[in-house]
Amino acid sequence: MQEIKYCLEMRNITKHFGGVKALTDVSVKVEPQEIHALIGENGAGKSTLMKVLSGAYKKDSGEILIDGKVVNITNPKEAKDLGIAIIYQEFMLAPDLTVAENIYIDQLAVGKGLINWKELRQKAKEQLSRLGFDDIAPTAKVGDLSVAYQQVVEICKNLTRNAKVLVLDEPTAVLTFSEIKKLFEILRKLRDDGVSIIYISHRLEELFELSNHITVLKDGGYVGTVETGSIDKSKLVTMMVGREMSQMFPSRNAKIGEEVLRVEHLNAGSMVQDVSFSVRSGEILGFSGLVGAGRTETMRAIFGDGKITSGKVIYFGKEVCFKNPKEAIANGFGMLPENRKEQGLLLRQSIRMNTTLTVLFSKITRFDVINHGKEKEYARDLLAGMSTKYGNLDDKADSLSGGNQQKIALAKWIAADCKCIVFDEPTRGVDVGAKTEIYKIINDLAEQGVGVIMISSEMPEIIGMCDRVIVMRQGRVTGEFQNEDINENSMIKSAMGV
Amino acid sequence: MKNKVNIKNQLIQNNTYIIFLGLFLMCSLLSGNFLTAMNIRNIALQQAGPICVVLGMLFVILTGGIDLSVGSVMALGSATASYLIVSKDMHFTSAILITLVIGLCAGVITGTLVAYANFQGFVASLAMMTVARGAALMITKGSPIKMDTNTLATLVKKDFGYPILLIVAGLIIAFCLIQKFTAYGRIVIALGSNIKAVELAGIRVKIYLVSVYAISGMLAALGGVFIAARASTGSGTIGTGQELDAIAACVIGGASLAGGKGEVFKGVIGALVLALISNIMNLMAVPAYPQDIIKGIIIVIAVLLQIVTDKAEMTV
Repeated sequence: MQEIKYCLEMRNITKHFGGVKALTDVSVKVEPQEIHALIGENGAGKSTLMKVLSGAYKKDSGEILIDGKVVNITNPKEAKDLGIAIIYQEFMLAPDLTVAENIYIDQLAVGKGLINWKELRQKAKEQLSRLGFDDIAPTAKVGDLSVAYQQVVEICKNLTRNAKVLVLDEPTAVLTFSEIKKLFEILRKLRDDGVSIIYISHRLEELFELSNHITVLKDGGYVGTVETGSIDKSKLVTMMVGREMSQMFPSRNAKIGEEVLRVEHLNAGSMVQDVSFSVRSGEILGFSGLVGAGRTETMRAIFGDGKITSGKVIYFGKEVCFKNPKEAIANGFGMLPENRKEQGLLLRQSIRMNTTLTVLFSKITRFDVINHGKEKEYARDLLAGMSTKYGNLDDKADSLSGGNQQKIALAKWIAADCKCIVFDEPTRGVDVGAKTEIYKIINDLAEQGVGVIMISSEMPEIIGMCDRVIVMRQGRVTGEFQNEDINENSMIKSAMGV
Repeated sequence: MKNKVNIKNQLIQNNTYIIFLGLFLMCSLLSGNFLTAMNIRNIALQQAGPICVVLGMLFVILTGGIDLSVGSVMALGSATASYLIVSKDMHFTSAILITLVIGLCAGVITGTLVAYANFQGFVASLAMMTVARGAALMITKGSPIKMDTNTLATLVKKDFGYPILLIVAGLIIAFCLIQKFTAYGRIVIALGSNIKAVELAGIRVKIYLVSVYAISGMLAALGGVFIAARASTGSGTIGTGQELDAIAACVIGGASLAGGKGEVFKGVIGALVLALISNIMNLMAVPAYPQDIIKGIIIVIAVLLQIVTDKAEMTV
């Protein structure tokens, strides 16, 4: 036998979907008490691998070993019984139940007819304080908690099932800066308590801060496993995509011209207070700040999807107030929503339908009749220009990987020929390779003279892409930076009000 | 290899047709009276009204809504048309037009509650269901209104080529084309997938929402007129439970009550599946109450098949 004993070993896992190979000979070895990062572009097979582990998918070949023993996982319950817990991006919580009920949801009254509420709350409290969260009341409704706290509840829930291996899929995508720090503390604590953690994330900084080993996947294949200390960021990126980090933010040659949009003293609800800014044609204006700083709300109000209580919006020299998104788009003002699943895409509909939604009336139809041939050609050209990978234009949008989904969501805004466009978190949940391609698309727009506003919570992206940056905090503008003043330090200070 | 997968996919996706054909074959074998011109014609005439209702219902379901008022609006249509013909001495064509407008108004009210007052479709149409039923019974004063056979019944006469069959066939074709070839059909199905995304793409979603309920109301009233034409009698009590049959037809046709999925022609076939079931049982003299039980079981089987389909689609 081997010298090092692994608490979880996945050996040569292969999985096909129809004729498509999703995983080929992928192996992951997780040591006891380690945080093992799993990284790869979207579509590299991370999620498929974890679904095989959780019993949601059946593997075609390969074996899974737990503590050196071969196990056969055929459904999620068996995985759970073996101590494998997976925390997905979407939490499996009941928002209307209390924290205690959620933590013990599957063991509320085992063997007894009645629930011992006092004991339940007591036990939940112990679990929470074990993670250092005495401030979450077991009686609070989960739906009332912040996303970060909901995540803590989700982790607690899985721990009560004696999880030996905890898998976290992009856990920080929805968290703010300080919440991430706290999550890391929890994970380190769990690791020291003997839980092995598989950590999936696109954020390289996090992997370096947290993990002991990194396993890289690419196109459903195994690239390699490295000790975190033995590699640096650019080498890791090279492993992932086969190209250098410096090319991540493509260069741009845009001429900054006339003012496109000026907003003066805008107020819209409690989230937008006295916001003023302007953007010029060919310029990329970044909006930085913590989640919930009011950036999205500001743009939504201008876009006609929120009520403006006071203030002026001057668009191409004229004062405007868009009543609804239709009017905004008709005037060449577009907005890519932040959450593609909830607001950006029709996941269950065809790629082509998603691509042409904004231009259905202007480019694709005549007297309300769709020209299918023209639509296909149009969508094909548009998507090819964005190097989107898809099988068939009539495939459903949710058959694509996250990066390609995001490109479809973007495509309909490119189609709309906007003169000013807001990108709200354009690269959230998107892998490194697709990110670069999306940056290129945004750059192209700027070069064509479009005024671009980019809301992003990722500092490197703001720094790498923007000509100018506005920082918001609690509904107010707290800073504006240009050129060499754009750096992480100053922006974080403005964002946190230091 | 690829061809094989495609054929399998085709079979799975078109299981509504397979169910229908299987059932049709079974009926032909079970009763010698089934495959006769008279019986087929009867089924067609009988289903003209319900199919109109299914067309409207399908569009509502595509948006993720539901219209429970259709059965009552059918009764309202039947009552209004016969009342106008008998008591107001109106020509049946103008009576039908007025009836259609009334059905349209009922739908607009339901749709406005859904789109602008944020009612759930279930609740808004439930209210309309009660109101329309009450109105229908008030118009007929609770008893059937008998019409002359040379008025509304013209619609079902052989001499004129069974006009209602032509109308229904025209409507089915029109709706198939609307769904496949118009921006309207496209947006209806998009609404049921993700209404927020559609709104943010610059489409006035509320108007579309109102319109599907309006169409559903109008077609339900037309369905009521057809039923009155067949019996040459207007009644405020017809159409009870018709909303559920229409929903069942859509579901058998593969529509998802969550919205965003469903096809016009398959919905029509779904209605015919239900029609065949009652027809064959009538021919075989199965009593009414057991009929309902068998019908329920068949709906379950059909929907189970659909669920299997969905799963197959997901893992293929």
